Amino acid sequence: MTASFSIRALLRLCLFLPLLGLAACSTPQGDLSAFPEPTYSRDRLVADDIAERDLQAGIYDPWEGMNKRIYNFNYHFDRTVFVPVTNGWRRYVPGFARKGVNNFFNNIRDVRTLVNSMLQLKAEKAAQTTGRVMINSTVGLLGFIDVATDMKIPRPNEDFGQTLGHWGVGKGPFLVLPFLGPSNLRDGIGFLPDAYLQTELYGGFLAKPLRSTIWIFDSIDTRSQVPFRYYETGSAFEYETVRWLYSVKRDLDVEK
Amino acid sequence: MVSGQLRRCIAVMLFWMLAVPLSALAQDDYRYPIRDRWISTVVGTPVQIQAPLPAREDIPLRKRRVTVFPDREMPKALWYDGKMIYTVALQKQKAAPVMFLIAGTGAAHNGPKNLMMARAFYQQGYHVVSLSSPTYPNFVGSASSTGVPGHVFRDAEDLYRAMEVAWKDARGSRTATTYSLIGYSLGGFNAAFVAHLDKQRKTFDFERVLLINPPVNLYNSISLLDRMIENIPGGEDNFDVFFNDVMRVFSDIYKREQDDVGFSEDFLVKVFQAYQPKDEELAALIGLAFRMSSGSMIFVTDLITDYGFIKPKGYQIDMYESLAPYRQVAYRIGFTDFYHEFFYPFYADDYPGMSRDDFIETMSLNSITDFLRGADNIFVVHNRDDVILAPGEINYFPAVFGERARIYPWGGHLGNMEYIENVAHMVGVFK
Repeated sequence: MTASFSIRALLRLCLFLPLLGLAACSTPQGDLSAFPEPTYSRDRLVADDIAERDLQAGIYDPWEGMNKRIYNFNYHFDRTVFVPVTNGWRRYVPGFARKGVNNFFNNIRDVRTLVNSMLQLKAEKAAQTTGRVMINSTVGLLGFIDVATDMKIPRPNEDFGQTLGHWGVGKGPFLVLPFLGPSNLRDGIGFLPDAYLQTELYGGFLAKPLRSTIWIFDSIDTRSQVPFRYYETGSAFEYETVRWLYSVKRDLDVEK
Repeated sequence: MVSGQLRRCIAVMLFWMLAVPLSALAQDDYRYPIRDRWISTVVGTPVQIQAPLPAREDIPLRKRRVTVFPDREMPKALWYDGKMIYTVALQKQKAAPVMFLIAGTGAAHNGPKNLMMARAFYQQGYHVVSLSSPTYPNFVGSASSTGVPGHVFRDAEDLYRAMEVAWKDARGSRTATTYSLIGYSLGGFNAAFVAHLDKQRKTFDFERVLLINPPVNLYNSISLLDRMIENIPGGEDNFDVFFNDVMRVFSDIYKREQDDVGFSEDFLVKVFQAYQPKDEELAALIGLAFRMSSGSMIFVTDLITDYGFIKPKGYQIDMYESLAPYRQVAYRIGFTDFYHEFFYPFYADDYPGMSRDDFIETMSLNSITDFLRGADNIFVVHNRDDVILAPGEINYFPAVFGERARIYPWGGHLGNMEYIENVAHMVGVFK
């Protein structure tokens, strides 16, 4: 068996997303003509070209309705499952153990960066990451100790979404992935080979039953590194701001 | 996270820059190093000279949600804000003093400044209950009786109710030996009126109250903040161009960093920490951050009240509808516009016959000066160069609070709040 169950499940989910989108994405602006004009109507206050000049709106999001539904699903999943689990993780697991787990997964993620640096012919990053992985996997005891960072070896980050971007593949529509959060079509597709690679790596030194459970720890570790909480940024326009920041960040990641 | 690195980087830079003036001014006994009011306001306190406090992970901070108005129906677009969110840290022993914290304009119960105070007072043995500003969208949606924040007396009543509800919700088997209260910025202003209300209600009978960098007159301060955005080169119509420039700076820093940048609300402010921008640019940036936060508040207020300010009256925005058209408008409205065309007309009926100017004067500490002068349990901390005070307003505090006012020579708006000496004084007020 090569790919774990979760990957196949995810693949299947991704195949269905666009279909879901067709059914659920329609969120036409309501017909406002029947209502009185507000004190500050858009027509009065905002110049005609605002839509083109508005940076935050310049992101292709034809599936906004579906995306917002998934965004809300993620909010509920986050609140009922993900965040309580990561809170428990932080509360009951000692700091050094959490750090060790984080280092272990980072070492695996470094392999992803290594492969994608090579795919983009980025020699320096590939060299740095090769050094990191070799040192951490040996002296660092399978990655549990991050010796490479102590040796001041930089830790770049490359994934398959960036590789696709590097070779000219556009971002495609904005896409909120279930559980995983904001993405776009290109990065969502790029996630699959990365995840496949990661599972193969686990397979290198883990017994079969462990391979699927390790995803749980990977997810907990990933989530506990991100302080973001859905609908708690204090902005009534959070979805748009997240969408915009994600796109800006990924553009920069590709350029980097 | 990158922000931490940037802060450290700035701190080192500042120490290099300021090493000489610091030693040259050794006779001056206030050693917070940043003398420029704009830089201090944006940069805050460099990590090395922040007060040493327990880490967030080392105190039992818990986020809780509680219903304040059981019958309230939320607009669909704000479905997630029906319950008030607040933060609490309870001592292990049952009986302890309680410290309430109120955040500044647009800030959350778990913003960095409230959490700094929570860490300080948890360490001092307090049960800590931390609330968002009445202008924070979640508070507007869940805990504001009218949905229109900014009214000094209404906000005080809302906060008072929120404090009662939160303590009842969080306390479990804990008991309070005494109650105290701190607010910073607008939260400090709120705290003064909450203390005033407490004189009649007496639920808490506050032991001590501390106001940190409060405005004197609300309208004066929001006008100053509003006008800061005019510092955008070419005026407000160049909002987008300016924003682009800011983003380019952001990009430059980001591309140089090895790690990932986390999503953070005040990322704009953090970006500029790595540069040495001009005062006008810093002012414009503060104005921009204020505008984004006030725009969000105005939109939420409009939805809750169905006033017809940005959204047509009677129209219900769907849960999944795009908010872009409303955001574009909300970010273009100054707080003073909101004040004149929404806030004042909304509340004018409460004060029949009162002129607009008198109304503005009522929304200020002046309306409770006598109370503040006589209240020997209320203390204030301020900075002579605070950017949210109109010229001369700083003199209000020594004049009214006398010995209970501590005015630092510099520090901007809250820039020195986390400085070791300021924190020592803040804690000392409650001893």
